[in-house]
Amino acid sequence: MKIAVCIKRVPDMDVRFKIAPDAKGVDESGLKFDISDFDGYAVEAALQMKEKLGVGEVVTIALGPDSVQEILRKAMSMGVDRSVQLKADAVPADSYAIATALAAELQGGGYDLIMFGRMSIDTAHGATGAMVAELLGLPCVTACSRLEIADGKGTARRELEGAYETLTFPLPAVVTIDEGIARPRYPSLKGIMAAKKKPLDTKPAQLGATAFTLDTMALPPERAAGRIIGEGVAAVPELVRLLKEEAKVL
Amino acid sequence: MQILGMSAPLLDPRDVVFQLFDVLDTDALTARPRFAEGSREMYEAVLATARTIAEEQLAPHRQRNDEHEPTVVNGQVVLIPEVGVAVQAMAEAGFIGASLDAEAGGMQLPYSVVAAALGWFDAANVATTSYALLTSAAAHLIATFGTAAQRERFLPAMLTGHFAGTMALTEPDAGSSLADVRTTATPLPDGSGYALRGTKIWISGGDQEITENIIHLVLARIDGAPAGVKGISLFAVAKRTIDADGRSGELNGIALGGLIHKMGWRGTTSTLLNFGERTECRGELIGAPHRGLTYMFQMMNEARIGVGRAATAMACAAFQYALEYARTRHQGRPVSEKDPARPPVAIIEHPDVRRMLLEQKAIAEGAFALILECARLVDDERTAPTDTERATARALLEVLTPIAKSFPAIVGQEAISLAMQTLGGYGFAREYPIEQHYRDNRLNQLHEGTNGIQALDLLGRKVRQDDGAGLRALLERMRATVTAAQAQDDDTLRALASACTVGIERLERTTATWARASATADPALALANASAYLDLTSRVVVGWLWLRQAMAASRALATASPSHAEFLHGKRQAAAYWMRWELPKTEHLASLVADLDAIPFAMRDAWF
Repeated sequence: MKIAVCIKRVPDMDVRFKIAPDAKGVDESGLKFDISDFDGYAVEAALQMKEKLGVGEVVTIALGPDSVQEILRKAMSMGVDRSVQLKADAVPADSYAIATALAAELQGGGYDLIMFGRMSIDTAHGATGAMVAELLGLPCVTACSRLEIADGKGTARRELEGAYETLTFPLPAVVTIDEGIARPRYPSLKGIMAAKKKPLDTKPAQLGATAFTLDTMALPPERAAGRIIGEGVAAVPELVRLLKEEAKVL
Repeated sequence: MQILGMSAPLLDPRDVVFQLFDVLDTDALTARPRFAEGSREMYEAVLATARTIAEEQLAPHRQRNDEHEPTVVNGQVVLIPEVGVAVQAMAEAGFIGASLDAEAGGMQLPYSVVAAALGWFDAANVATTSYALLTSAAAHLIATFGTAAQRERFLPAMLTGHFAGTMALTEPDAGSSLADVRTTATPLPDGSGYALRGTKIWISGGDQEITENIIHLVLARIDGAPAGVKGISLFAVAKRTIDADGRSGELNGIALGGLIHKMGWRGTTSTLLNFGERTECRGELIGAPHRGLTYMFQMMNEARIGVGRAATAMACAAFQYALEYARTRHQGRPVSEKDPARPPVAIIEHPDVRRMLLEQKAIAEGAFALILECARLVDDERTAPTDTERATARALLEVLTPIAKSFPAIVGQEAISLAMQTLGGYGFAREYPIEQHYRDNRLNQLHEGTNGIQALDLLGRKVRQDDGAGLRALLERMRATVTAAQAQDDDTLRALASACTVGIERLERTTATWARASATADPALALANASAYLDLTSRVVVGWLWLRQAMAASRALATASPSHAEFLHGKRQAAAYWMRWELPKTEHLASLVADLDAIPFAMRDAWF
């Protein structure tokens, strides 16, 4: 069983962040970067699958400048066997450009399963995985919350609104991973030391043509501060009055 | 109530990297055989793991652990479940044996890297972290002084978090004065060990159910041992018996006498334990008989640096929170703004708020520099290439340890108080984290030797030790930094260096004057103002470390990105603050010490 997991380096979205002066992205200074959340679930799911089967290889692939080596090393310190950096000056905004480069690397790699997070938590396009499947001519199951591989077949569960569905698919295949599948393990100190000796190959990314350009990125306008009218039942008449007279919603 | 400041980091990650790599050149350690496997990238990954565990496993239950302090239910100590999960996460990641030899099952990382990593844990939740760090300290003692069989029996289970460890030193009548320990150890007739009897108090982590077993390291007197410090031995005493396969079995005669209810640090059980009260309690000797205190003191430097690290981390966390709050809380208008219709500004715009924040920064990051310097000296003491360098590191560590133990705890309390002040009334509210840091840090002035004990250790022992070699080494090292700063083509650095020189000369002069005066004075009077001397020395040392940070910042400015340059300018400004606002306080302290001022000394009991 040979598994590839494509991962993206993203800023921690829990902190306050600023838009860069060129309005094309986030000001990276002072931000903490990590593996995108859904990609982290995919790495964990891949590692658990390998551990369950007892054999196989897990490879992580990331596209971007040398800063992505940090997340590739992290994946290897979690237990991933080796990594590939597809080197590019920047990560293009267009998922198709990325998917082309990834497909070129994955093609002929002999992977039984190619995994992605269901979307990156920064740009949230959710398109790259499906595009790679299309480019490679493989079946694709998106947003899997459970995944099992047995007898050369995969079974995946997908969460729907108030329900779920189970699908069976042949291998090789592309899957994108939703939360709930597995919480990523912490890299142990032992894992961190072992990662140093694992191979990390760097190759130029063969980016595809870009069909669109990112014009601007902006923060939403700040909301005015809320107003506290009072507490408990005593505040209700005033609230009703304001909703009627000021907000005019009643 | 809307809680502002929640997105503040626990520590400033830029500062951790700056201090470890730009100031201390920690990468250079990888040239030493012990750390040959390491790299800066690996050390940064260790720090990242520590930060993640701190943020995800420790910080979320810091407050709950304080509100739901341990209780005894049917004779068993009950902790909130998050504590066990977090301790297990720290253990599984390898932090319990992070600096321990690879041969003993540790990770053999530099102590300075480990100290920085543990800073994340302390900043997040010092009470839960304690269970892991007490285990780590006990494991180090066993690894260093235990037999091969003891290492085999205890270490794997301790390093993986299956067994916890404690230090059972204090007794109801033997606190700061361990020479008075009365717990006894009677050899068993079959020669299989000792029967222990006695009461220990203030045993942190002394009982809990989050680990399968607890290994208490107990100080006791073997029957017939000499009186005083030379008759105390060290024993490993398990809560439950351990069979040949390492499985924990029956209880081993340790009765929980009760829990102590503390002002802060509440999540860590603080216990009274009765050994061998009703049923036999078996223990095994660690190392040679009567050497227990010596072994403990060999670990004391690290234990004391650990207390300073916890204090520092809390001051850093409180400062980071206050900073984020000041940037997001809008109140009032600038003095120059007369129009009341204009929106209020973030309170960081107010000069007095910036003053408070700068003092917090100067204290917290100055203390962090002190802790990392000491941690580096621990590394140097063990692994520096030459005998001379190792001896110098040891001498410096002897002098700096009482400072590292006490100064971050003392001025950290002021910094946390200023963080509270920055938040105004909200800082006093339990919905915000500052008041807990304030309560938690207070312990750091008390445990592992009170402030007063540290002051006596510095002035009464360390300054005189080896004919003053430690202090001489310190003065020399500080002067070397000053000389290097004065050689820079940078007026700011040269001004900082001049201010630093005033402090260094004052320390040297005051010590010499005190030594002459105390030679003929009542020995009790000679040491009566040790606290003032500790304060004086601490301020000079932290001034030196701020000069060194300012120099590193100036070097880094040449290649820094615009946003990183802002951080580096902040370093130079904080150094200037220390030299102008904090260092001059030494003038007054110096006069008290040099004059052997006798006003408090001459005060009589009856006059109170």
